[in-house]
Amino acid sequence: MTQATADLILAEQESGAKTPVRRRWGFFGRRVGFYLIAAWSAVTINFLIPRFMPGSPADAVIASLQQHSGGPLSPQTIGAIEKIFGDPKQGLIHQYGSYLAQLAHGNLGLSTSAYPTPVGALIAQALPWTLLLLGVTTVLAFLIGTAAGVICGWRAGGRLDGGLSPLSTFMSAVPYFWVALLALWFFGFRLGWFPLAGGYNPDASFGSSPGFWLSTLRYGFLPAVTIIFSSCGGWLLGMRNMTITTAGEDYVLLARAKGLSPGRIVFRYAARNAILPQFTGFALALGSILGGALLTETVFTYPGIGHLLYQAVSNRDFPLMQGILLITTLAVLLANFIADSVYVLLDPRTREQGE
Amino acid sequence: MGATILRSWKVRIGLAVFAVFALAAIFGPWIDHALLGRDAKALNYLAVSQSPNSQHLLGTTSTGQDVLAQVIVGARDSLLVGLIAAVIGTALAILFGVTAGFFGRGVDTVLNFVTNLFIVLPIFPLTLVVAGYLQGTGPVTIALIIGVFGWAGGARTLRAQTMTLRNRDFTVAMKMLGESKRRLIFVEVFPQLSGWVSAMFLHGIIGGVLAEAGLAFLGISNPDTVSWGTMIQNAQQQNAILNGQWWWFVPPGLCIAAIGTAVGLINFGIDEVASPRLRSARRVVRKRTSRTAARTAARTGSEAAA
Repeated sequence: MTQATADLILAEQESGAKTPVRRRWGFFGRRVGFYLIAAWSAVTINFLIPRFMPGSPADAVIASLQQHSGGPLSPQTIGAIEKIFGDPKQGLIHQYGSYLAQLAHGNLGLSTSAYPTPVGALIAQALPWTLLLLGVTTVLAFLIGTAAGVICGWRAGGRLDGGLSPLSTFMSAVPYFWVALLALWFFGFRLGWFPLAGGYNPDASFGSSPGFWLSTLRYGFLPAVTIIFSSCGGWLLGMRNMTITTAGEDYVLLARAKGLSPGRIVFRYAARNAILPQFTGFALALGSILGGALLTETVFTYPGIGHLLYQAVSNRDFPLMQGILLITTLAVLLANFIADSVYVLLDPRTREQGE
Repeated sequence: MGATILRSWKVRIGLAVFAVFALAAIFGPWIDHALLGRDAKALNYLAVSQSPNSQHLLGTTSTGQDVLAQVIVGARDSLLVGLIAAVIGTALAILFGVTAGFFGRGVDTVLNFVTNLFIVLPIFPLTLVVAGYLQGTGPVTIALIIGVFGWAGGARTLRAQTMTLRNRDFTVAMKMLGESKRRLIFVEVFPQLSGWVSAMFLHGIIGGVLAEAGLAFLGISNPDTVSWGTMIQNAQQQNAILNGQWWWFVPPGLCIAAIGTAVGLINFGIDEVASPRLRSARRVVRKRTSRTAARTAARTGSEAAA
């Protein structure tokens, strides 16, 4: 099992041990503060990475761009690159200041591989695809994995648990992109049920026509199933172990002694408490699901952020890589913040009014 | 503790699988030369893109390299990256987690903030971009990057665990007796964490193997090295799917999955020893199921008699 699950059990014990109970708004405020600082740290890390790497980032970008275009660059281009990547002749603090100012204007610089398209425009095109794919698959994987985990945990050691737990260990150990390749090869190539690449039927008119939307469903099916397959095992294992833990609690014993129906005991007593750490585990899982989705998109040539990142990496398009890193990081932070807020609503201990 | 763990069939299978791959990682080139009689990197233009056959059990690549030989040799780089990443990750997790948990207060606030930050950051894109700047570097650098970014989850576990240990009766008693802090940490607290640390370490290995494979798949690795990730990347780049050459990408992926499952099974065993509740729940269930089994046996017996 996973260390994440163990972590969740501990996190739960830890939060349970904290008395007196914090006020809801105090808790909430602290989370807001944490995420604001986290966002600032992400921006700063994004600023620092190229500057810690060997060679000046601006020079590297200019060199690669010159190689692409096969001639010297115009002074405006060099100026634009130095604006976003920092003129190496300027001080670090000064560069940081102008970097923040650029960001504040929503300027992520110009892509070098798709020059002169702004990085922001490329990302804006790709982002909805990834958000939709990840949104749907994350929710589905969570629901499927958690439900299966309750069943396995409640009948721990039973036949279903004996089969599903090792299977989910296997599922969470398989690399996403490999599952994607297998799915593409078998269902796409051998059986021909699904298209081999892309996110929509290029013949259907892009936009709001029903044919276009139906084709997005067909094109997105295999990537979605792949992500769900690889990510629901983690939810299953976490929920299984938490259910086993809560099933041994006194209040579950009391519920049994009172003669409540098994269904009521499982869902109202055991699972309800076991599910809380699943939300704290969201943070741990989300990053890996995103990483997996990025790879999966590459296999399916899905028009999302992952495929864009792949193109950026293979073309050594550093402004684009930086921009994608920043946007994905901020998106993950936002999703985590939402998960944390849901947690506040679900856990009465964080909601109680003072002592 | 060791003997208890070994009693579980899951752990035994996991260890066996792991041992096979460890042997491949250590003796890979020798196995290829001495036992198979071929070189993983040797090009053979007379045997290009062959499907699995008696000559080449797992077929050949587009340049006639033997896939089986590549899988065996590839174990070394994949596992080496996993191992180094796990060592670095575990060391950082211990450093951050135990220090924060043991000293509490200001130290904890700062270290815990850093830990939480690394937990919520999406590590794979971060690793990818950093590795992207250092394109074409060797496996050790890749492992370093993976390890440096992948310690936070473990640190949080160790912090929480250390916090509960710090206030246990035996630690408090030791403190009263005037035991030094260093001795408390290394002699009293640390051994109690070994279960968690070993689980974390194993988890780190598979995390490192997966991350390396992912990075190699996206084309970030030295093209001269053979690892499971580069094998899958080559397959993808040369359109193995459209040509139906499944033997290019199925074997290396299966190896990664097998290693990961083996590690998962070992962790299952460690877990059941480290957290008694999971174990006792199993025992209760086993008792309950054996009772039901007895009841069904009795029922079928009476039915048979009737």
